Amino acid sequence: MKEKTTDKKGSILSPFKAVKYLFKKPCTLRYPFEPKEPALRYRGFHLNDWEKCTGCGNCADICPNEAITMEKIPEIEPKPGEKNERPKLDYGRCCFCGLCVDICPPASLRLSRDYFHIHFDTNSFTFIPKDEKTDKEHFLRPEQYSILKASLAHRKESYEGFVSDIDYSLFEPQRVSMPEVSPDERKLSFIEQVIGYSKEEAKAEASRCLECKLCEEACPAHLKISDYIRAIYEDKSGESLKKIFEDNPIPSICGRICMKHCEAACSLSIRGEPVAVRWLKRFVADSIKDYKTALELRAAEPTGNKIAVIGAGPGGLSIAYFLTLKGHKVVVFDSLPGGGGMVRIGPPLYRLPIEAIDKDVNHIASLGVEFRFNTTVGKDILFEDILKEYDAIYLGVGTTVSRSTKVKNIDKAHLALPFLNANKITEPVKVGKEVIVIGGGNVAMDVAREALRLQHMQYPGENVITKTVSLEGWDQMPATEDEIEEAKAEGIRFNPGWGPKEVKIENDTIKGLLCVKVKSVFDEQGKFSPAFYEEKKMFLDGDMIIEAIGQAPNFSFIPKKLFDKLEFTPNRKVKVDENGMTTIPALFAGGDIVNLNLDAVTAIADAKIAAEGIHKMLCEG
Amino acid sequence: MEVLSVNTNSKKTGSTRELELYFGPQHLGMVGNFSITLKVEGDRILEAQANPGYLHRGFEKLMEYRTWIQNFPLVCRINVVEPDHIEMIYAMAVEKLAQIEVPERAHFVRSIYLELARVGSHLFGLWAYANMLGFDTVAQWAMYHRDLILDLFEELTGGRVYHIYIWPGGVRRDFPPGFNDKIVNTLHSIGGCVPDYDSTFFNNRLFYERANGIGQLTKEQAKQWGATGQTLRATGMKFDIRKVEPYAAYDKVDWDVPVREDGDAYSRVWVIRDEMIESVHMIFKLLDAMPEGPVYNRIPNPFKWKVPKGDAYVRCESSRGELGLYMVSNGEDKPYRVHFRTPSYPHGLIVLEELLKNASIADVGNIMISLYVVAPEIDR
Repeated sequence: MKEKTTDKKGSILSPFKAVKYLFKKPCTLRYPFEPKEPALRYRGFHLNDWEKCTGCGNCADICPNEAITMEKIPEIEPKPGEKNERPKLDYGRCCFCGLCVDICPPASLRLSRDYFHIHFDTNSFTFIPKDEKTDKEHFLRPEQYSILKASLAHRKESYEGFVSDIDYSLFEPQRVSMPEVSPDERKLSFIEQVIGYSKEEAKAEASRCLECKLCEEACPAHLKISDYIRAIYEDKSGESLKKIFEDNPIPSICGRICMKHCEAACSLSIRGEPVAVRWLKRFVADSIKDYKTALELRAAEPTGNKIAVIGAGPGGLSIAYFLTLKGHKVVVFDSLPGGGGMVRIGPPLYRLPIEAIDKDVNHIASLGVEFRFNTTVGKDILFEDILKEYDAIYLGVGTTVSRSTKVKNIDKAHLALPFLNANKITEPVKVGKEVIVIGGGNVAMDVAREALRLQHMQYPGENVITKTVSLEGWDQMPATEDEIEEAKAEGIRFNPGWGPKEVKIENDTIKGLLCVKVKSVFDEQGKFSPAFYEEKKMFLDGDMIIEAIGQAPNFSFIPKKLFDKLEFTPNRKVKVDENGMTTIPALFAGGDIVNLNLDAVTAIADAKIAAEGIHKMLCEG
Repeated sequence: MEVLSVNTNSKKTGSTRELELYFGPQHLGMVGNFSITLKVEGDRILEAQANPGYLHRGFEKLMEYRTWIQNFPLVCRINVVEPDHIEMIYAMAVEKLAQIEVPERAHFVRSIYLELARVGSHLFGLWAYANMLGFDTVAQWAMYHRDLILDLFEELTGGRVYHIYIWPGGVRRDFPPGFNDKIVNTLHSIGGCVPDYDSTFFNNRLFYERANGIGQLTKEQAKQWGATGQTLRATGMKFDIRKVEPYAAYDKVDWDVPVREDGDAYSRVWVIRDEMIESVHMIFKLLDAMPEGPVYNRIPNPFKWKVPKGDAYVRCESSRGELGLYMVSNGEDKPYRVHFRTPSYPHGLIVLEELLKNASIADVGNIMISLYVVAPEIDR
């Protein structure tokens, strides 16, 4: 051993200096008479705001100890974006790490500063947390609270500890931004506005999905969204496409124009941006050139049944696909020269190019579906003949007649559907330099934005104006927020809260539209019944007016005798049973003539039900 | 102390009997769930065998069944005395494999937090050592001062013991408002007691007599037996991972590694004392140099997070010595294998067994605690 390097051995008397501590106050607390307040970030028992909680279950998924289970709460009504489940904690397992707080998308789950629970019954350690908002009985005001009774059921109100912070959340609130053609460039032509994700961008966006499946509940067709998004994340586009095709055979169309009920329900949308479900579906559809090889579909044994589908819209295309896979022979009739129905004429080319529609239609045709385009039922072929010749009929005719405001001189104005139809199918309409579009819905946005492009193309370099006028105010306007924002960016002027009164005509040409201020759009029962301040008037200059205030179906092809048998709901929709069958046997229906959503994905959902119904009727008797 | 078996050595005659004794796990001089089997002759220890395993929880295996983020509240539980450095190497290993950048401010926050943990851990060690030697007053002070540091942790992280604070990508929350001042005030109030600690303990002749020459090892022996930390530094070797392989913000400020030459319990405890003071000074410097900015770069979605294939070895200087982690990922959502190199492993199993040879029974606890053996770290 080495010699000691230090000779400082210390003194034997030095410890006596500590005697002075005898005269100091003790450092200990006489708990509970001298309370110790936990820190503001203390991680104690859970609090859950039941009103904010969506029941998504991400807390249960991330819990490292499986301390959280989701408990069904019968009193809560499930709705799109909310399940009737709430987290239940087992404090025998919880380690108070707070991962559940950092993953909670609505920030409803928090930790409190309470940490006392003393009970003889071990069952009391499992607990469904609430907070003072929904549980006044157990969260007490300071004067009612006693630390001697503190337990899970005897808590202080307003005693929040560790709470969620979006900057430190475990989910990514920002979506991968979609590359787009700039407003100044895109308004000059019909170039597709959205460029589409690259593979890397799609993967990054897919990685945001927390797989809570709130979207799947909200989607009318219940697509397996979290599965196909996971497949994109794992670089398996083929797998993803297969998952999509289980419920939706027109992804190229839906990936562009779906009304995305899923994104509205996405749990990430509460404090951030929802996962771009629609763009991801589009990415899959666009990245796979040939669906048929990717899907590896195997044709079923032919059953010998023949089914007629009237209307090649999203519903008609879908039911043709589903029934063909089951081995039935399907013939689709449509008056247009190609498939897609309303999505072929409605959405402008900058939103949905014809090639994207034809990709889906051609794939369905390649499976053996017979399409008879340019065939108007009731004119080129009689409905009675179809009824005789086929085993079952599916009506997916949609709403094809534009409604009119019927104000004075409105006959000089254009209607939305013929306008859109002409632009896409025949010759583009000659537009004015100052166009007024009546309506505040998505069709009105399509019409206005299409008119603006035509103006720029027909009057290059000139000063052109497109404006809209709608009964609804900004907050009531039925068009989606995206549509309104994009239209604004392109320079469309809005006049919300005004109702058309009269079209002013001079020398047989339109001079403008006289409007009156809207008092209210709906009456007390919530029915559409606009009221106006007749004295408040506004005159909009314009040389062209287009009405886009809604559509109605056209059933004139059905013979009167048969039509009388067709029953309707109070909402003036065709009445169908749980199999999609109307009150006429073997006649099934779906889409805009049946549902109130009036969109493609709901038509697909209807078609799926009717396909099952038809198959059941034909094969199981 | 229980007498397990009595072997009368037939070859020897008279008073010399070889006894086998159990020191712990139920023993006043034993801190932690650990035991040592001693073979003694009279008061002299012939041979010692350390018995770990009382606290085996299978962490390394458990980690193979949990996702990358779920492991983060788990790893800190490997060592209750100082969970923070285990959090740190776990985060470092994941960051290395997944190539996650950590913001500049987070490096400083991590260093300040780890130095606070070092002070807290050393105070806890001082409590154990002083308590074992019978210096109860100092032990109580140390425990109280450690509690003041736990108050800081509670305010910063929401937990007193398991902070679950350093995670891949940075730290979990930034300093709350006014936290810098609180750190300074708390450390000043603890630092103001250093003269009292010195006169009552470190410069106390009784402590000198009790610790001097106890459990002495040379620099060569220390290196050979895998000793690190203050056990190595007390033999005169200036070796500290914070200097050798700087991580967090340890290369951003100027600081020194305290060493002693003698390699006995007395030197080790003095190294601990000097290290605490150095840590406090370092915290002040770090607080001054700390930049503004974010403290967390968001990690990927924990439900889909797959760390790229590969393996990594990372190490840091915990309060007890070199703490290492070897991690293998096969590109899945969970680690394929993790292995911790904890400082108590060589200290508690190799160094301890060697140092106990020829020691007196009365010095067993003294030697063991002066090596700062934390049993849960050995078992994992």
